[in-house]
Amino acid sequence: MGTSTVEPGTSAPGPKTNRIGLTVIEYKGGKTTLCAGCGHNAISERIIEAMFEMGVEPEFVIKPSGIGCSSKTPAYFLSRSHSFNAVHGRMPSVATGALLANRKLICIGVSGDGDTASIGIGQFIHLMRRNLPIIYIIEDNGVYGLTKGQFSATADLGSKLKTGISNDLPPIDTCALAVQLGATFVGRSFSGDKKQLSAMLKAAIAHKGTVMLDVVSPCVTFNDHEGSTKSYKYVKEHEEVLQEVSFIPHFEDIDVEYDPGSTIAVTMHDGSRLHLRKLEEDYDPTDKIHSLTRLTEAHDKGEVLTGMFYVDPQAPNFIDLLNVVDQPLATLPESMTRPPKEILDACMEELR
Amino acid sequence: MATTDFVPQQSAGGTGQKRIVNDMSIQVATVNGSGSQSSNTVLLRSIFQMGVPVSGKNMFPSNIAGLPTWYTIRANKNGYIGRKKEIDFLVAMNPETASEDVMSLASGASVLYDEPLQLHKLRNDLVFYSVPYDKIVAQVCPEAKLRKLVKNMVYVGVVANLLTIEMAEIEKSIRKQFAKKVKAANLNLAAAQAGFEYAKANLEKRGAFYIERMNKTTGKIIIDGNSAAALGCMFAGCTVVTWYPITPSSSLVETMIEYMKEYRIGPDGKATFAIVQAEDELAAIGMVIGAGWAGARSMTATAGPGISLMSEFAGLAYYVEVPGVIWDIQRVGPSTGLPTRTSQGDILSTAFLSHGDTKHILLIPCSVEECFNMATEAFNLAEQFQTLVFVMSDLDLGMNNWMSDPFQYPTTPIKRGKVLSKEDLDRLGSFARYKDVDGDGIGYRTLPGTSHPAAAYFARGSGHNEKALYSERADDYENNMERLNRKFETARSFVPRPEITKGNGAKIGIIGYGTSHWGITESRDQLRDEYKIETDYLRLRAYPFTREVHEFIEQHERVYVVEQNRDAQMLCLLKLDLKPELIGRLRSISHITGLPLDARSITDELTSMEGK
Repeated sequence: MGTSTVEPGTSAPGPKTNRIGLTVIEYKGGKTTLCAGCGHNAISERIIEAMFEMGVEPEFVIKPSGIGCSSKTPAYFLSRSHSFNAVHGRMPSVATGALLANRKLICIGVSGDGDTASIGIGQFIHLMRRNLPIIYIIEDNGVYGLTKGQFSATADLGSKLKTGISNDLPPIDTCALAVQLGATFVGRSFSGDKKQLSAMLKAAIAHKGTVMLDVVSPCVTFNDHEGSTKSYKYVKEHEEVLQEVSFIPHFEDIDVEYDPGSTIAVTMHDGSRLHLRKLEEDYDPTDKIHSLTRLTEAHDKGEVLTGMFYVDPQAPNFIDLLNVVDQPLATLPESMTRPPKEILDACMEELR
Repeated sequence: MATTDFVPQQSAGGTGQKRIVNDMSIQVATVNGSGSQSSNTVLLRSIFQMGVPVSGKNMFPSNIAGLPTWYTIRANKNGYIGRKKEIDFLVAMNPETASEDVMSLASGASVLYDEPLQLHKLRNDLVFYSVPYDKIVAQVCPEAKLRKLVKNMVYVGVVANLLTIEMAEIEKSIRKQFAKKVKAANLNLAAAQAGFEYAKANLEKRGAFYIERMNKTTGKIIIDGNSAAALGCMFAGCTVVTWYPITPSSSLVETMIEYMKEYRIGPDGKATFAIVQAEDELAAIGMVIGAGWAGARSMTATAGPGISLMSEFAGLAYYVEVPGVIWDIQRVGPSTGLPTRTSQGDILSTAFLSHGDTKHILLIPCSVEECFNMATEAFNLAEQFQTLVFVMSDLDLGMNNWMSDPFQYPTTPIKRGKVLSKEDLDRLGSFARYKDVDGDGIGYRTLPGTSHPAAAYFARGSGHNEKALYSERADDYENNMERLNRKFETARSFVPRPEITKGNGAKIGIIGYGTSHWGITESRDQLRDEYKIETDYLRLRAYPFTREVHEFIEQHERVYVVEQNRDAQMLCLLKLDLKPELIGRLRSISHITGLPLDARSITDELTSMEGK
């Protein structure tokens, strides 16, 4: 994956910097307090890399989250960005408000399967249908970690808890829901799949609508045992990768190697390109109905389907639909937010 | 009869009985969805245009069409515009409630009824007028499907004739009401005129009530509290509104949408605001908080059930210290309660909304003018104190029409509170979000998108230290909670002060707030005139209580706290604040019918407790 790195010139080689002159260190966060080997930590690492490689200004990123292990992770990446660790299942509304206030912000919201598919399903659904410009990541381990190992609503049918209790209810497929409800960039990856997750995150940063990424992320403490369908072993064995994903940001020379015979290129809103190497001849990520068929089939076969299921880079997003001024509403001067006295006088006259 | 203002008959052509001028309440009983709202507004405006102080109160069902609804217009030359308990003139249009409506009238009242109802048989101590509406309306309205709506304008004409309301003013009101629809205006005017002519030719004026021109409404406006609040918020520089429809608050945001679309569009044709209808009240307040955190002046409007749902988020805003304005247009609870009736029942739960040690600033408007003015105060306080501010209006204020002086353009600038800019950070190098730098309990905040490497902080509802870092340390928790308390104490000196009206050497004090004000003002005159009881009156305008509240209670032997809830909620709040020896001075007068508080109920209760 090419990045827009700048060579330090003739002096002694320093750390690599990106196109806005920052080093990867400047995208790091605090030290993680999650369990060693937790899939969530790998996701944080990928976010750091993607933000660095895309040359995103960290001061313009916001990191809202809900409650749970996943929602703690914004503390572990991008410490130069504002975070808001809100209430359980209600991060979408906080993110929405923040983006209404300042449309220039880049929003990466982190949630978990409990935070999204159980307590937060209502807000999740309405977030998806608004096509708000947000990258919404579900760090999905199928279990409540912070309360020590209860099932979540994404736990697969028949999967077992450490205690031996088996799950009798079918899972909610957040990707299928997101596609159906109007999200314009929907994919699933695996925390251990460095290459695929990185490419998806970079494409997500370029996208100007709702990105919904379900990242299967095994819980090493409560859900990585025999019988769990979200363990490392299970996912490695049952993962079916839909296509190979690569992403070329719009600021890069797009004259890079790819084989036109076997790839689909999706041009993003900002001119950058998402390349999907077709492992299957018929997979078209702009076909909504087909994506839902494939997700349903994968469930029936007990497979974990990963890849880019659906993308529509041109759909209008929520902030555009509201037709708000280009400047952030948050910092508009009084001259723009308080109409003059004549307007009040006119209103009073009408009420006489 | 409650009125004390009888003057001898003066005009010729009357029946020689008493004559009561510009002091009455007219009640129109109809079914909802019948278009009577236009007719009632025309009546109200016509009296207003004749210079007589007036108010209108709609008592409507939680339903779209077909259930009983009552509209009461009070005209009063002394300017009493609270609800009057007794009805003097009943317009009985609803067969379902006609008998009960007639039976509940006091002796001497007038009844205007639809001829087939034959109400005159019910009592012999009332004045009855009957009108064959269907016959009249058939003559003026050839289109049968419009007759149901136009029928209501016929009674306007009849009432105008019987109460001597000038037809020229009725016409002016109809023209205003149907401003852009000339055809509808003409049809309605014809109906009103037909009613007027019918009454002139067929009805003999026997009742005591008259409207006569005076000059007490010159320059005044008529507006409902929700519209006043909407205007206020627009001029307060509000930029983000997120809401979920709920009676009786919906019209606040709906009116605001209209005003903002008209007056808050930038030169490029784009909006300087965002208004979003959320999926529920939880999302509505979540968006308010997200927007407030990111620097917008954000608000929502709701009622009791919404307030309950917002509880968890309210605690988050308190603890993370995020500004936002919540309008609570109170209705009757608990639970769904009576959604279309008024109450002051959310005081206690809102003051402490959410779990843990949480408390909030409340502002309490009593008038449409205060709805307008308190909007700017609410936003300024929210941003200065980095906290939620609840504006406790109610259904009576929010949804009914009130007469008022025109609103004054805000003189207070828009205050954004302690926000550090990039330049501030260049100078300071760093900052600690929750450090009490100035000793007032209020820290400095930064907004996302501030282009400085040290600008970011971690907003969290979990335990945190001065630097906004996660902390479970006992001292961090305690210090933070004590600072939040200090901030609340600081707010005491910044919230709106109470309004105090002195009697003549009174030993008795009355404390009231919100719309109870109108009943209290009138009741104090009744107490003085009828019982020789002098009272001093303090109208609360905010929580936390200011110094004046304590002093007022210290100065009086007994203090009656008048409110529209069962559990004496404001009195309970006062108890928490007062020195123990003062608590015993408080007495409760509570009113829980769901109808706006009237003066007579206060007077009766207070005199009985005074042993009169």
